Amino acid sequence: MKKYIKLNINSTEYELLVNDNETLAQLLRGPQLNLTGTKQGCELGDCGACTVLMDGKAVNSCLVLAMQANGHAITTIEGLASNGKMHPIQEAFINAGAVQCGYCTPGMILKAKSLLDVNPNPSRKEIREAFVGNLCRCTGYFKIINAVEIAAKGQANKEAGN
Amino acid sequence: MTTTTNKNYDVLSTSPVRKGVPEKATGQAKYTGDITLPNMLYGAILHSPLAHAKIRNIDISRAKNLPGVKAVLTAKEVSNLKFGHSPARFDETALAVEKVRHVGDEVAAVAAVDEQTAREALELIKVDYEELPILLNPVDALADNAILIHADHPRNICQEVHNEVGNVEKAFAEAFLIRTDTFANKKSDGACLEPQAALANFDLSGNLTLWTSTQVSHYVQRTVAIVLQMPVDKVRVIAPYVGGGFGVKASAGSHEIIAAMLSMNTHCPVRLVLDREEVFMHNRARHQFYHEMTMAVDKTGKIIGHKHLSVLDGGAYSSFGIATIYYNGSLLHAPYAIPNMRYDAYRVFTNKPASGALRGHGGLSNRACFEAQLDMIANEMKIDPVEMRIKNSVQAGDTTASGYYLSSFNMRECLKEARDSSEWVKKKNKLPKGKGIGVSTSYFVSGAGASIYRTDIPQSTVIIKVADDGNGVTVYTGSNEIGQGSDTVFAMMTAEILGLELDDVKVISGDTGLCPIDLGAYSSRQTLMTGNATKQAAEAVRDQILAKISQRYKIPVSEFQLRGGRVLGTEKNQEELSVIRNRYMFEHRHFTNLVTSGPLTFSEVARLIYADSGSILGKGTYRPPDIQYSKEWKGSVVGASPAYSTQTCIAEVTVDPNTGDLTIDHLTLAHDCGFAINRKSIEGQLEGSMCHGLSEALFEEMIFDNKGRQINPTLGDYKIPTTMDVPDMNAIIIESNEPNGPFGAKEVGEGCILPVVPAIINAIRDACGVVIMELPITSEKILKSLKAKEAAKAEYYIYKPPAAADKILARAAELSKGSSAR
Repeated sequence: MKKYIKLNINSTEYELLVNDNETLAQLLRGPQLNLTGTKQGCELGDCGACTVLMDGKAVNSCLVLAMQANGHAITTIEGLASNGKMHPIQEAFINAGAVQCGYCTPGMILKAKSLLDVNPNPSRKEIREAFVGNLCRCTGYFKIINAVEIAAKGQANKEAGN
Repeated sequence: MTTTTNKNYDVLSTSPVRKGVPEKATGQAKYTGDITLPNMLYGAILHSPLAHAKIRNIDISRAKNLPGVKAVLTAKEVSNLKFGHSPARFDETALAVEKVRHVGDEVAAVAAVDEQTAREALELIKVDYEELPILLNPVDALADNAILIHADHPRNICQEVHNEVGNVEKAFAEAFLIRTDTFANKKSDGACLEPQAALANFDLSGNLTLWTSTQVSHYVQRTVAIVLQMPVDKVRVIAPYVGGGFGVKASAGSHEIIAAMLSMNTHCPVRLVLDREEVFMHNRARHQFYHEMTMAVDKTGKIIGHKHLSVLDGGAYSSFGIATIYYNGSLLHAPYAIPNMRYDAYRVFTNKPASGALRGHGGLSNRACFEAQLDMIANEMKIDPVEMRIKNSVQAGDTTASGYYLSSFNMRECLKEARDSSEWVKKKNKLPKGKGIGVSTSYFVSGAGASIYRTDIPQSTVIIKVADDGNGVTVYTGSNEIGQGSDTVFAMMTAEILGLELDDVKVISGDTGLCPIDLGAYSSRQTLMTGNATKQAAEAVRDQILAKISQRYKIPVSEFQLRGGRVLGTEKNQEELSVIRNRYMFEHRHFTNLVTSGPLTFSEVARLIYADSGSILGKGTYRPPDIQYSKEWKGSVVGASPAYSTQTCIAEVTVDPNTGDLTIDHLTLAHDCGFAINRKSIEGQLEGSMCHGLSEALFEEMIFDNKGRQINPTLGDYKIPTTMDVPDMNAIIIESNEPNGPFGAKEVGEGCILPVVPAIINAIRDACGVVIMELPITSEKILKSLKAKEAAKAEYYIYKPPAAADKILARAAELSKGSSAR
């Protein structure tokens, strides 16, 4: 059965026709939106590659039905940069060498945003705990954790006016 | 923590942002499954639910009639030409012919207007199977009366090897100490985050374009051409962004050929993306190995003899297995000098997904057994494990038992740096109860000297084209960027030679339609092989530019140098400089930001040449030099490489004596990569390898039920490490100057996984006196061992592989009795 839903995606309002068994990940990546920055690694909620923000909170978009997202605000990796300028978290990941094959990267970056929005100065342990649902096979996580720390420091410096 | 060679480079040996990384971090990077074409159909594959069965009949009529279905294919409708990895063992077909050999074997394929319809159609295909006996372990498969999985392989032996150098029995007779141990790992998966995917478009001119997540564009192109009976150049393979490979994407897979067949059949583009369960069913990762090793040492602790009996559970097809069985022998021939070695091994077909190659191909499980045994001997002889390894080590200039010449080999430096930075001396034998420290070393190849199909073509050809306006260059290479950073390495080399900024160098790779042939990303070959070809191509461009300016100025080439985007030396004749500059400025009079002072720019000179004779092209090729290997050691050509890397890992662990719970506290890894091109990328490879090694040590195991069905085919059940499982790590770059490597560079991506598993095993022994000789190492195994040790009031307890492993090894010993080496 198909139904229209309303979504705010990356600050733009959409009205979209979705199947009742269609996941948010499939909708985002599908022909209506083509937001393929959201990756799918397992479709079971194991890997976190499809992480997006729903009302600011990180969710596995493969575990959310498109219809459940009706009326909510979604941020995907495509919505993070603004006015052609990358988000500081993106810059931190790039400069810290936290990106290898890149398949987990969009999910990691959005997870970082959801963490830093509520905990602007996380310890390494807190970062590890927050990222437990995002798998990476390439990096060993070391530089990813570094990148989140760097992004947090950058944000703190910015707020301090440095 | 690094050591540095003191060379004066502008771009090399730095840590630049990698090519393609901003695109990956913003979601702009398109992986195969992200690409959509107009009129595209969605493909899906029907897999066998049975591990071994005859196909009596396939009824596709209902599937064909489902609205939205555009094609349903079985072996009847398509080419049944065989393909595979090793040319001597082509034993796969795209779709199963007459029988299926493992759960997951491809039986039929569908193309439909959307994914859901394609999957629904699969359920409407009715296959009538006749079940056959299932062989799930090598001892059953090796039985005299066992059913044959492939009719032409008696006793289901895919390959056997019997090799000896020196005289092992004589060495054993003279030994001070001999010990025998057994070891087993588990069948593992690549677990790349990006599942395999292929998008095929067969156009009206008879050209096939195939976008695919591959490590080897060229081999895929060639394999598809063979099976579809097309000229190779009618097949264009494009590897877009690739989400990891680690070996499992290093040969052509059925899904790639099936996507092409569906497109040919429907005259539409067809995209086929494997789901995670299908990734496990395709597998092609590390074999399950069984080892029995006997090591003999003299009274000083020098290893004088080594005997290795091994069985490889290969799964249903040969895949990489012929190479694997040889690597499994020869990858023990360094980093220690062992004069007498014997190797007997069998790779056996079973009704499981085929095993293939995975990071550290053929060198992980044997290394773990060897190093655990070496440590037990060191312990028995009261020799410090680091000293034991230094004592036995080979070094640059040595030749191994299989005849490999080690042209650079800083093994002792790796050991010493890892020892010092981990404070080994302070910790060894001085840690509190339950804490332990362990060490291991290893070595690996830096590119397979022989290509996979027998050919005289260069392993790499690279073309560099200077932009016609002179602003930068493009490197065209058929090599494969799979996330390891190879594009950036080649761009750095090019920028260095041409005196350009990294941003002035574009790289187009992995596209057989645009790029010259390169054999691809496997056996850790690209930095050395493609790197050499890139260097030569860049030098060819440089030489043309310098020759031109030398001719104009009528002074020798040696007076000029490319650096900082300029042709230094051109300021020596201001008159000539002005003529060239004014001409360029006139031609570009509508452009702003033109250079008006200083030496001529790269662009100004390049444009001058273009005006005379058109595009500037530089070509480089690489074929390995005459690589040494021993004719006495059969198959040693497989591991013969232009260079060899070496590495040391030190692991620190804590074991809870009450629960057996194991914590990896810290890992140190020192790796000799030759000259370090991109330092941050190298650190990334080392860190990734520590995590990957930890994962195979503690977690990874594909578990099968008695019908050959994998019971843990999800990432959540299979388990790879999360942020919570990895400790703090120290990646140490050790440099050497490899004469066969570009700028002295050699491999980094694979060898560094090898010492991680045994370092952990040895650290656990140090912590609690328990030696776990079967992977994965679980708390349960540790706790059982602790209890057994206590009951026996022994100093040590060895957790051996189960009795089934002994049976497998005993059968292999029985079969190899009387087999003379070679």
